[in-house]
Amino acid sequence: MKMNGARILLECLKREGVDTVFGYPGGTVINLYDELFNFKDIRHILPRHEQAGTHAADGYARATGKVGVAIATSGPGATNTVTGIATAYMDSIPMVIITGQVPTALIGNDAFQEVDIIGITRPCTKHNFLIKDVNDIATIMKKAFYIARSGRPGPVLVDLPKDVQIAQTEFVYPETIEIRGYKPNLTGHPRQVEKAVAMLLAAHRPVVYVGGGVVLGNASDELTTLARMLSLPVTTTLMGLGAFPENDPLSLGMLGMHGAYCANMAMTHSDLIVAVGARFDDRVTGKIATFAPHAKIIHIDVDPTSIKKNVRVDLPIVGDVKDVLAKMIKQADKSRDKAADFAAAIASWHEDIAGWKAKHPIAYKQSSTAIKPQFVIQKLRELSDEDAIIATDVGQHQMWTAQFFQFNRPRTLLSSGGLGTMGYGLPAAMGAQAAFPKRQVITICGDGGVQMNIQELATLVQNRLPVKIVILNNNFLGMVRQWQELFFDKRYSQTCMELPIDFVKLAEAYGAKGFSTAKPGEVEKIIKQGFKHPGPVIMEFKIAREEKVLPMVPAGASLNEMVLNA
Amino acid sequence: MQHTISVLVENEFGVLARVSSLFSGRGFNIDSLTVAPTNEEGLSRMTIVTRGDENILEQITKQLNKLIDIIKVIDFTGGVAVEREMALVKVTAEDESRAEVLRIVDIFRAKIIDVTPKSYTIEATGSPQKIDAILELLRPLGLKELVRTGAVAIGRGAKGWKG
Ligand SMILES: Cc1ncc(C[n+]2csc(CCOP(=O)(O)OP(=O)(O)O)c2C)c(N)n1
Ligand SMILES: [Mg+2]
Repeated sequence: MKMNGARILLECLKREGVDTVFGYPGGTVINLYDELFNFKDIRHILPRHEQAGTHAADGYARATGKVGVAIATSGPGATNTVTGIATAYMDSIPMVIITGQVPTALIGNDAFQEVDIIGITRPCTKHNFLIKDVNDIATIMKKAFYIARSGRPGPVLVDLPKDVQIAQTEFVYPETIEIRGYKPNLTGHPRQVEKAVAMLLAAHRPVVYVGGGVVLGNASDELTTLARMLSLPVTTTLMGLGAFPENDPLSLGMLGMHGAYCANMAMTHSDLIVAVGARFDDRVTGKIATFAPHAKIIHIDVDPTSIKKNVRVDLPIVGDVKDVLAKMIKQADKSRDKAADFAAAIASWHEDIAGWKAKHPIAYKQSSTAIKPQFVIQKLRELSDEDAIIATDVGQHQMWTAQFFQFNRPRTLLSSGGLGTMGYGLPAAMGAQAAFPKRQVITICGDGGVQMNIQELATLVQNRLPVKIVILNNNFLGMVRQWQELFFDKRYSQTCMELPIDFVKLAEAYGAKGFSTAKPGEVEKIIKQGFKHPGPVIMEFKIAREEKVLPMVPAGASLNEMVLNA
Repeated sequence: MQHTISVLVENEFGVLARVSSLFSGRGFNIDSLTVAPTNEEGLSRMTIVTRGDENILEQITKQLNKLIDIIKVIDFTGGVAVEREMALVKVTAEDESRAEVLRIVDIFRAKIIDVTPKSYTIEATGSPQKIDAILELLRPLGLKELVRTGAVAIGRGAKGWKG
């Protein structure tokens, strides 16, 4: 049957199993929206800003593991998606972004609402496509989804001119696709795996360093099995939180700039680091020259470019982390005869780690007069469901969440790690809630970042998405203020938010519910009321204003040079 | 150290931009870059001359391989390829220097492709080192204009790039 390009695009989405899209209409996608009007198989959610729509697709993808889909019109609609695309790119999130484009005959003429979105997004997409012929839509969409979700995932943008949406052709969706320049290497080399296990069993001070790749690769079970089998201490990055249960005694928590003392000390003293789906980011390694000076490094990653980019590697294993970890489990099982010796060899290492844990646990000073942000996070963990999804914004509250909310399951923390995008939390939570209407979805935000996409309250109310918005209000751009306090003699240049906002009234203006308190004694009550309310809620906690995130490795310092209390 | 890399790419819109923005975005050097279609339909070949230590070269080849439109990356480090380059050179040539220019052209087996009473335009082909050498000799005589193609390279031996 002949269909127009717009309809073909929707049929492609359906074939790819897309049930929800986040999009915003405009002149160059009006034909697509006209087809959508009668297309019942896809739910369309209208955000109040294309940036938020893109973050929502990202939150949907992180929470489900499926490809998130966003739509925007050409020109300003397309440029509004760029922050969302770059955020997803830095954290390797599978997404397909569809932008309208001016008719092919006008491309390059500075037509109304024309931008070169292909050029603009080239460095922040895994790949992008301009579709010039209606006959190419099906193949390109098939490729776009395949590229987005396979190998190291990432966002793919498809630019679709208006005339191509109108043109007609026969719709045939290809069963398979072959891209000769794209063949991700998914299976780990067996000999490398053998060597890795041999190195591991010969180690005395091993640490497993886990990144977001384990979450993206759905390899938490394998990781947990391997770690428990050999009693390996595990530390995760921000992106890796949830990949290994933090309530397991083998967990060291998060490492890096605001990581746990024991995690950073373990890295510094380790003689063997097994990096799994992690990329040795500067926020994790601290000063590279003094990073893990005694350790041999085994690096497992699906993306060869991650390996040896920042640090030397003794044994690289390119492959899907799930496959490689499963093979390592088998290999370790074969070497069972060595298990007792290995356990004995690392016994004193476990004692060292226990010592560091006891010496400087992640902690804070409680107060009876001011709300401590860490206390709010602990209460949220205590009172929320075990499978609650937490989306954070970016700043101090993000780090307190990482430190004090115990993440025990994968895909329960959604946070912009690589790009550090303020304004991410609320729309990402919206996307996760759209995917899981029945689960508890909480976003933990600062008073600064929450105002970068606050308009999405309207989307939440309209679509009955009962996201719980927690605002840790210090009336500061707190994270920047902390740096100014520590490194710029308290010159608080442009970080005080002077104007106090009435967040309760703001919630009410959108038809949501608002709570606010500055009293520690009311924290529990408000969280309970907020969770109980069936719709979207803002819970504002006016916190101790100059509370700092500690410990901290100052930028450029070594991991073992942590500021523990300042 | 200088490296010559050959890159087989899909002959698609934007490929050159992807490659060049990869180099600029990651701070890799490009000494020269050439691109043209090959004997195979839909396939173009780039020759990129770049500089950097072993680690940088490894990152460059990995990052190139990661681009979806790139089919194969060949690193020609270590004399495993034949390299050629062409230069067009306009030199001042008056009175006594006219004979000197002709001598140099002859020695390097270059060609005169345009003549005026005051100048010669020379076409020189050879390894990049040979081009450097002829330019070295022509420079003192008055080098008015120079165009170089940048190197192209092909592997030695009987095998093609597919093996
Ligand atoms: C879009 C964007 N702009 C600026 C920054 C720089 N930045 C990082 S944290 C931060 C402060 C955030 O303040 P707030 O949202 O109130 O959170 P808090 O740190 O106070 O918890 C700023 C400005 C950023 N990460 N993202
Ligand atoms: Mg703040």
